[in-house]
Amino acid sequence: MTQSNSQMYEEAMPIKVLYFASLKELFGRSEQQLSADGLSTVEDVWKHVSEGYDVSQQVLYSINQEYAQADSLVQAGDEVAFFPPVTGG
Amino acid sequence: MMIKVTDNAFDPWQELSTFQLEMKRDGEYGACANFIGTMRDMNEGDSVSGMFLEHYPGMTERHLDKIVQQAKEKWNLLETLIVHRVGELLPNDPIVLVAVWSAHRKDAFEASRFIMEDLKSKAPFWKKECVVEADQQTQKNRWVEKNTSGY
Repeated sequence: MTQSNSQMYEEAMPIKVLYFASLKELFGRSEQQLSADGLSTVEDVWKHVSEGYDVSQQVLYSINQEYAQADSLVQAGDEVAFFPPVTGG
Repeated sequence: MMIKVTDNAFDPWQELSTFQLEMKRDGEYGACANFIGTMRDMNEGDSVSGMFLEHYPGMTERHLDKIVQQAKEKWNLLETLIVHRVGELLPNDPIVLVAVWSAHRKDAFEASRFIMEDLKSKAPFWKKECVVEADQQTQKNRWVEKNTSGY
């Protein structure tokens, strides 16, 4: 694969978004694919997917299965997840 | 070191004795501290008849592994075992087992507490409980909003 092909491939890679627990129920899905265009932080992704929904609870973020902050950067191909405070144990 | 997330009911005493036998550390450990969390039939003043425990496959195991690595950096540990149940649970079912083996009690006591408190506050698990309404006839499902602080 040439470099230009490789770049084109990366640009086309979507962001995989996962939802858990009450957020999964609120959005009515556990997973979706998003184009990374115009989305640079986790907060950008959150605003994009939650637009029009009434989310009153606290929301936690992760990128590639590690906790992230609102201003953490996302890239094409990343796995981003949104979930409420954890209640295990 | 072993981490198990399972949707099968487990017997924590059996898990402890099997792991301790198989870890082959006889003569090395002088202390084993363990914590077992069990499902109650009451929460926030309501009668609870069942529970569903959801997790984030991949991140959950990864986070538990990270907690254990942090504990190993802070204390002298020989072995650790974590078992956590997911899926459908009934009252009195064991939910979680954390066990730590070390030469002396300080390391085992403190590390097991550290692992358990981090698990409760950060590991991605979510409980949805089935609550029996005051009329004793109907039931409703509700997400547990937050874990109480253990300290």
